[in-house]
Amino acid sequence: MKYYDKLIFELSRPGRKGYELPADNYGCDALKEIPADLLRKDAPELPEVSELDVVRHYTNLSSKNFGVDTGFYPLGSCTMKYNPKINEEVAAMPEFAGLHPLQPAESAQGALELYYNLQKALANIAGLAEFTLNPYAGAHGELTGLMVMRQYHISRGDEKRRKVIVPDSAHGTNPASAMVAGLEVIEVKSKPNGSIDVEDLKPLLDDTVAGIMMTNPNTLGMFETEIMEIAKLVHEAGGLLYYDGANLNPMLGKVRPGDMGFDIMHINLHKTFSTPHGGGGPGSGPVGVAAHLVDLLPNPRVKKGEDGKFYVENGDKSLGSISSFLGNFGVMMKAYAYILSLGKENLKNVGPMATLNANYIKESLKDDYLLPIEGACKHEFVFDGLKDKSTGVTTLNVAKRLLDYGFHAPTIYFPLLFHESMMIEPTETESKETLDEFIEVMHKVAKEARENPDMVKNAPHTTLISHPDETTAAKKPILTYRQMKG
Amino acid sequence: MSNRFIPHTEEDISAMLEKIGVKSVDELFADIPSEVIFKEEYDIPSAMSEIELRNHFKELASKNDTLVVFGGNGVYDHYAPSVIPHLLERSEFYTAYTPYQPEISQGTLQYIFEYQSMICELTGMETTNASMYDGATAAAETIFMMVASAKKKNRVLLSATLPEHVLKVAKTYARFHGVDVTEIPEKDGVTDLEAMKGALGSGDVAGVILPAPNRYGVIEDFTGVADDIHSVKALMGMYVDPSTLAVLRSPAEWGADIACGDGQTLGMPMQFGGPYLGFLSCRQSLIRKMPGRVVGATTDASGKRCYVLTLQAREQHIRREKATSNICSNQSLMALYATIYISLMGEKGLREVNVLSADGAHYLYNRLIETGRFRPVFNRPFLKEFVVETDLDIKKVNAYLLEKGVMGGVDLGNSRVMFAVTEKRTKEEIDNLVTLMLEA
Repeated sequence: MKYYDKLIFELSRPGRKGYELPADNYGCDALKEIPADLLRKDAPELPEVSELDVVRHYTNLSSKNFGVDTGFYPLGSCTMKYNPKINEEVAAMPEFAGLHPLQPAESAQGALELYYNLQKALANIAGLAEFTLNPYAGAHGELTGLMVMRQYHISRGDEKRRKVIVPDSAHGTNPASAMVAGLEVIEVKSKPNGSIDVEDLKPLLDDTVAGIMMTNPNTLGMFETEIMEIAKLVHEAGGLLYYDGANLNPMLGKVRPGDMGFDIMHINLHKTFSTPHGGGGPGSGPVGVAAHLVDLLPNPRVKKGEDGKFYVENGDKSLGSISSFLGNFGVMMKAYAYILSLGKENLKNVGPMATLNANYIKESLKDDYLLPIEGACKHEFVFDGLKDKSTGVTTLNVAKRLLDYGFHAPTIYFPLLFHESMMIEPTETESKETLDEFIEVMHKVAKEARENPDMVKNAPHTTLISHPDETTAAKKPILTYRQMKG
Repeated sequence: MSNRFIPHTEEDISAMLEKIGVKSVDELFADIPSEVIFKEEYDIPSAMSEIELRNHFKELASKNDTLVVFGGNGVYDHYAPSVIPHLLERSEFYTAYTPYQPEISQGTLQYIFEYQSMICELTGMETTNASMYDGATAAAETIFMMVASAKKKNRVLLSATLPEHVLKVAKTYARFHGVDVTEIPEKDGVTDLEAMKGALGSGDVAGVILPAPNRYGVIEDFTGVADDIHSVKALMGMYVDPSTLAVLRSPAEWGADIACGDGQTLGMPMQFGGPYLGFLSCRQSLIRKMPGRVVGATTDASGKRCYVLTLQAREQHIRREKATSNICSNQSLMALYATIYISLMGEKGLREVNVLSADGAHYLYNRLIETGRFRPVFNRPFLKEFVVETDLDIKKVNAYLLEKGVMGGVDLGNSRVMFAVTEKRTKEEIDNLVTLMLEA
C-alpha cells in the first residue's frame, strides 16, 4: 500500500465543504448587533474539504496506528486489556449522550443510578467506604487523593504535615501530583528487590509526614509483603496511606487495598476496568477513601435518598471541586458495563489469570532475558535487558524489533531501578496461543541479537516509518501546519 | 475460568502452571499474608450476557429524559455530525495507548498535529498542547503556568465573570498549590476593569484570566486590557469558547498570552458532563512552561514526513516533582473528535453555526421581551446565550417545562434566568418554549 502522508489541510480546496445546516428563518441578523471591535478580523485558516475527504483521510490515518484490536500490547503498567465492543455501544445510547450535566436530577435518574452503583461497586472491590468518580484520569485521581490527604490534616489543624513519602520506583506522576497538591516529596529508596525497606522508612516518619504513596504490587510486579507493618507504622505516626491503583489488576479477586490498610486510592478505569485508552485519554480516575475521609471528597457528590431517588449534593466539608461536573461519565458507563459483564463470578478471576499470564511469560523467557528478581510476580515483571550483554543490543533495540514482528513493545527504561528495564504486562484477556507467539518471537530476537546484532540495532525494518529524527523535532519544534509551511 | 473476556481453559491453566513450576494459581499469591487475602464474594451482581446487559442499560436509559435543551452554562447542545462517531469507532484509534512508539502510532500523532494546528488557528496562538481534561482544569493549569513564568510573583487575578465551575476548580487547584487568587469583581455583567487595574498595582500579579464570552453569555470589551496587564509584566490569559472563535475577536487579537477553554462546544455530546476536551494554547515564548504532551513534525531515516512526541523534558515522567504539571493521559480521543468536527465544518461552517445559534438566541430574546414578562438585564452584546429577568416563578416554570420534555433556562437566582440556543433548536421549539412558559 502507498504511504499516505497528507495533512487534512493539504486536501483543502476553496469552496468545498463537509456540512449542511438548516436554513436560517429567524429573520434577524445577530452578528450585526455586535460591535465590530468585538469581532474577528483575521479568519482562521481551516480546511475546506468534503465529507468523503474527511472519512477517507481519518480512515487512512487509523490504518497507521496499532491498537489492542491490532495485536498483543504488553505495555507494562498500562494494563492494555481488551476493550469490549458492547461497552462502546451502550455508552453511545442517546438517552445518556443527550443528557445535559445540569438538567434536574429527576430527569436523569438512570444516569445517576449508574453513577451511584459504580461508586458502590468500586468501594466494595477496593474495600473502602466511598468513591467519587469525578477525576478524569489516573494522575488526576492521584492529585485528588493527595488533596484529600492534605485536607484531612488541615481539617485537624495539623498543617505542618506537608511531606509525602514516595518510593524511588514510583510512577513519575506520583511525585508530580504531590508537588501540584502542595506537598513536599521525600523519596524512600527501594531494596534491591524493589520493595520498601521498613528500616529506611522508620526515621522518615515524624510529625511533618502527611502520608505515603505506594503501589502494591510495586512497579516491579512484586507484592510488598511487609505492607501491614508499613501501614501500622505510618498510621502510628499520624500519616495516611495512598494506594496508586495503576497496579490494581492482579489484586482483583485476591486482595482489597482497604484491607491492606490503605486510606485513599485511585483506580484507573482505563486499565483495570477495560475502558479504552483512546490514544491517551479520555480516561477516568475514581478516588476511594476510608470512612473517616468521606466528607472531604470533592464536590459534587451523587447520593441516594431514603425514597430511593438519586440526587447531586455539594458537601460543605468537601475539599472543593476538581472537575467541571461529574467527570468523564461516558467512560464510567463502559466500566460499569464491564463489571456487570464479568459479574462477581468472573471478576475474581481477573487477578489470578493476569498473574498466571505474566508468570508464564517470565518463566518462559528468563533463559534469554535477565531476570533481576526471582519469585512469583503479579500482573507484570521487569527484565533488565538481554542476558547476553556482549552483543551490545539494548532494550530499545529489542523493543523496536518487536514492532517488526507485529507486537507492541513493552514499557522500556522504566522503572529506573535498572539500566535496561523492559516491563511486560500481558493482562488476563490474552490467550495462551498469543503468549506463546510472543515468547517465540522474543526468543527469536535474542537469537538474532547473538547472530546479527547490527540488524537488531537498526530495527524496525518493516514499519511504515523508521528512526524518526527526534533530536531535530525537539531542537527546532514544528508544532503546527502554519509553522510547517514556514 | 473461561469467560468471553478471559480465554483460559483448564488445559491452558495446567500447561502454564507446569511451565512456571507451581501446582496451583493460588501458589503465585503465596507471598501475600493470609490476613489480607480477600476470602468473600464481591458484592456486585452476577455476570450478565450481552442480551441481559443491553436490557439493563435500556432500563436505565428509560429513567432518563432526553430534553429539548435551552440550558447552557458552559455546556451546549450543538449538533454532532454522523461522521464523527463512525470515525472515532475505528479501533486502531481508540484501543491504542499514548503514542510512545512513533513507528506504529503515526495515526494518533498526525491527528494531534492537526488538532494543534486547528487550535492555534482558532485562538491565534503560536503553540498548544495535545489536550487537557476539561476547560476548568485547563484554566487551573493556566494559573500554574503564569506563576511558573513569573518566578517570584504568586498572585493570579480571575474575573468573577468566568463560568462558575471554572472559578471553583481553579480556586481548589490554587489553594492546594499555594497560589494567591483574587477575584476581579463584576460590574453590570462584565469584568470591572477599573478594579482590575487597581489589583494590578499590588506588584505581585503573575497573570489575569478573562472570559470570552463570559458566564452570562456577554461578549466583553477588553480594549486596552492587554497593555494594562503587560505594563506590570503579568500575563494575559483568556478562557474562550473555541466554537465562537470563527466570529469573535480571537485571544491573539486581544493581545492575550495564553488561551484556554473547553472544546465541548465543538459538537461534542453533552454526555452528562464528560468526556469533553480541555485545551491550552500560548505564545511560543511560554512553551517550556506549558503542561502536557506536544507533537512535533520531523522526518524519518528515509526522509518521510512523520510526527513524534516532543519537548518531553518538561513532563512529569522525566521531571517528576520538578514538573510544572502532573498531567499524563489527557483527552486524546476527544482531540480527534474536535479535529474531525473542525475539518467537516471549516471556517465557514463554524461561522454558520454561530450565526444560526445567535440568530435563534436573539429571536428568543426578542420574543421573551415582547411578552412583557421578561426584561433585559445587561443590555450587552451576546451570541448564543443571554440573561433576562422575569416576574414568572422560574422554579415553577422550569418544573412545568420538564413535564413537557424541555430543559428551560438556568435559574441564576434573583429572578434571573439564562437561556442558550444552538443550531439544533428550531423556530418551532423556541415558539413552543415561550408558549409553555407563559401557560405554566
